[in-house]
Amino acid sequence: MSKQLTDLEHDLALLRQMLRIRRFEEKSAELYSAMKIRGFLHLYIGEEAVAVGVAEALGAEDAVVATYREHGHAMVRGMSMRAIMAEMYGKLDGCCRGRGGSMHLFGVKERLYGGNAIVGGGLPVAVGLALADKLQGNNRVTCCCFGEGAVAEGEFHESMNLAALWNLPVLFACENNLYAMGTALELSESVTNLTEKTAGYGVPSAAVDGMDVVAVEAAAKQAVATIRQSGGPYFLESRTYRFRAHSMFDPELYRSKDEVEQWKQRCPIENLKTQLQQQGWLDDAKWAALEKEVADEVADAVAFAEQSDWEPVEELTRFVYSDREG
Amino acid sequence: MTETRKTTYREALNEGLREALQQDERVFLMGEDVGHYGGCFAVSKGLLEEFGPERIRDTPLSESTFTGAGIGAALGGMRPIVEIMTVNFSLLALDQIMNNAATYLHMSGGLFNVPLVIRMATGGGKQLAAQHSHSLEGWYAHIPGIKVLCPATMEDARGMLWPALLDPDPVLIFEPAVLYPMEGTLPEKPTPVAIEGAKVLHQGKDLSLISYGSSLHKSLAAAEQLAGEGIAAEVIDLRCLRPLDDTTIIGSVSKTHRALIVDEGWRSGSLSAEISARIMEQAFYQLDAPVERVCSAEVPMPYAKHLEEAALPQVETIVATARRMLNG
Amino acid sequence: MADFCMPSLGADMTSGLLVAWRVEAGDKVEHGQIIAEIETAKGLFEVEVFEDGVVEQLLIEPGEDQIPVGTPLAKIVADGDVVTKPDAAAEPEGRQKVSPVARRRAAELGVDLTQLKGSGADGVIQLADVEAVAGAAESPAKAAPTARKITPSAEGMRQAIAAAMSRSNSEIPHYYLATEIDMSRAQQFLAEQNKQRSIKERLLPVVLPLKAVAVALQKVPQLNGYYVDGQLQQREQVNIGFTVSLRNGGLLTPALQGVEQMSIDQLMAALNDLIGRTRAGKLRGSELTSAGITVTSLGDLGVQSVFGVIYPPQVALIGLGKIVERAWAENGALSARPVLSATLAADHRASDGLLGAKFLDAFGRALQQPEAL
Repeated sequence: MSKQLTDLEHDLALLRQMLRIRRFEEKSAELYSAMKIRGFLHLYIGEEAVAVGVAEALGAEDAVVATYREHGHAMVRGMSMRAIMAEMYGKLDGCCRGRGGSMHLFGVKERLYGGNAIVGGGLPVAVGLALADKLQGNNRVTCCCFGEGAVAEGEFHESMNLAALWNLPVLFACENNLYAMGTALELSESVTNLTEKTAGYGVPSAAVDGMDVVAVEAAAKQAVATIRQSGGPYFLESRTYRFRAHSMFDPELYRSKDEVEQWKQRCPIENLKTQLQQQGWLDDAKWAALEKEVADEVADAVAFAEQSDWEPVEELTRFVYSDREG
Repeated sequence: MTETRKTTYREALNEGLREALQQDERVFLMGEDVGHYGGCFAVSKGLLEEFGPERIRDTPLSESTFTGAGIGAALGGMRPIVEIMTVNFSLLALDQIMNNAATYLHMSGGLFNVPLVIRMATGGGKQLAAQHSHSLEGWYAHIPGIKVLCPATMEDARGMLWPALLDPDPVLIFEPAVLYPMEGTLPEKPTPVAIEGAKVLHQGKDLSLISYGSSLHKSLAAAEQLAGEGIAAEVIDLRCLRPLDDTTIIGSVSKTHRALIVDEGWRSGSLSAEISARIMEQAFYQLDAPVERVCSAEVPMPYAKHLEEAALPQVETIVATARRMLNG
Repeated sequence: MADFCMPSLGADMTSGLLVAWRVEAGDKVEHGQIIAEIETAKGLFEVEVFEDGVVEQLLIEPGEDQIPVGTPLAKIVADGDVVTKPDAAAEPEGRQKVSPVARRRAAELGVDLTQLKGSGADGVIQLADVEAVAGAAESPAKAAPTARKITPSAEGMRQAIAAAMSRSNSEIPHYYLATEIDMSRAQQFLAEQNKQRSIKERLLPVVLPLKAVAVALQKVPQLNGYYVDGQLQQREQVNIGFTVSLRNGGLLTPALQGVEQMSIDQLMAALNDLIGRTRAGKLRGSELTSAGITVTSLGDLGVQSVFGVIYPPQVALIGLGKIVERAWAENGALSARPVLSATLAADHRASDGLLGAKFLDAFGRALQQPEAL
């Protein structure tokens, strides 16, 4: 099956987005070790196809509520590497002036409502954003990204029920990477096929190979189309895998190296790259140019974060209440 | 002269809700049994018929999620009022209140404020036992990022909701359940109410009774009784538990040199402890006697009437404590 | 047993320098005796002790360190109770219970808490106990021993005045009243008196208004007192703070104590003594803290009217201007009379215009009968 030129251009754009996330996060890990970034750092490496694919289905007017593993989501929503890196440095030019850090990225024009680091905590907020849209007659979708660990939270079930009950336009985008920190799915769920769970709430659902960006994009577009048509929620499970540990300080006692290696064979970036090479669309020079472009962008973000100022300590108590804004 | 009429605390709250719903289309009410049932305490009675199910929304028993949905709706441009049936149930929503509502503005570096109002019933006195009777507003007053109000008067019951809705940040309104049937008068025309600052409801020179909510009425009764004994007690209605109005508290204590805090919360690690500490910090050299407190006994609220009464602050305890502080 | 502490000699004094001891350990002391010299931003003061007893121990050596108000400087014990060898094992019977506000007020007023019995629970000394004895604690000045002369720096004094006056302006809602007083009878009386006196004994013109202030204050006692903690505390005794300019440019307002009891001659003598000692830097602590009202007379400098800033916690200030000849109509006849412009600056929290007017009226009337002063 041969693809049209425009499809190939589009695939290359997807590859580029995934590569941006990959290289940005690899650099982040390095900077974490160098103590430039502190706190918790959760890397998305291996799962890039999910955020990139789902984002393709959303418009600028739609909203995203993400988790603490959200550098990629911020990037695909259009946030600059500079703003994210400076935030992780804790600098004034970070998207949240250094008050959020890696786990709490927010953006107004990106309509990114966090960066929520309480597992399941973003689900009700997403339901509320969709409720606001419905009450105001806005034809918008709120996409809530969460891991499979959140499915065990009461808020998942409450939110699923409420969104279905009130017919609210929420895309529940579950990123099933098989481990809630170190607890495997079969150790925490009685029913491991997550799409079965939503049937009880009357929420339509689908599962997709989360290592295939093209498949994720297609499934997400189908999901969003359903939402826009019905006005109600949809549950999309992307089956994926994180190649790196849960966070920087995780010795990975809960899974075997073999398992990780097997999943790495399914790397979404390598796979798409190979496909494009086989189709003759991507040669070595083009790939090198892409790598160079991304590397330059990452380097620029690091330089920017390095030279950015610190928020003056006198500003500590700002943004606790709006009326005390300076 | 302004015309007044007789009403109840419950009706005053109902009027406040109705006025807010009339004034701003973005305002809607959601919570358990607020619609078809008319509100667990009948505060929202009649509103479903008047404003319809889109704006008076019965929710499933999912405190965490409908509170979180209130946060999301506020972020999305609405002005939601979330009703949680009682403060004990609000603990199921504490994650959303503490981790989301109170933090979004700061965590986002000022990008996202949450203009949300959460109302709930609080306190004992109705023989509802240990899962429906506690006064946990002091816990909430611990949290930076939210405002905590407790209307104790008719004016505040009707008037606090609207300015709370105008506030750009989350506001929690605690309604002492025992006050719902309280009768009183209100001016025919609503008067604007501020949601900051305490009020001195009774002037006195001998001692300051610092209180709020249902304890305020016990303090006022105690002040009347003390007046008969020649003791002039000043009574302060805190009204706003966060931020606390230090100026009024310290001003009063600087005048009377004695402070008695009456708070239905437990005393350990409480709002009354906080007020006491502030008096020590800011008015130590004004004190003529140690700060004292009348609080609830440190037990889960018992059911039996005589036990519940013994657990709660009572007028006699307030009077006896005040008397001892003055006469030794 | 009592501690002799660094006294507070003014509302704006927070610390002082212990310049010298006038006593040694083992010396007998009596109430009112000068036992130390303290230097403050306002100058050098001789400080008296408020109890009888024996100096058991001097706790602080004279030196260059600023010592906070309230810091114990010496231990005074009752005569006969001298412990020659302090016994570290012997604990006192427990700390005397004094409420924080009572302790603070006692320090301000120089009240010795060891002499008080408290009326609160467990005998706690409370604010009312301190204030009940506050008036009685002030004793007439005893003959002052000579003191080492230290000229306070003009800059330090300026800062102290600035602090007190800023506080006054921000805290006290002032109101001002002014009146003109026919001084012909007073001047005639003064001229007749001075004709019979030696130069040394002559009366200064200001002595009559000072006495008239005391007379008027007895009719309107609300202007004689302190406004503290939202309440007016009236004084029985009339202690008039009199503004004395110093040669280095500073100002002090020491008190003429008990003016209501003094004859004109006694007042004149007291005034001469006070001005002399003020300029010599030999004031006593109580003379700086006991004034209930202040009189500022700037007539000598040609000033017509004085609108003063009240010295907290006092509640009033009388301003006296220059006596000038004016056309004066009385009983339908016009004549030239010596006229004094007198003003009252008063604290609106403690009094109002009606009381102020009464005071000025009484003041003016008193000056019409100088022989009765």
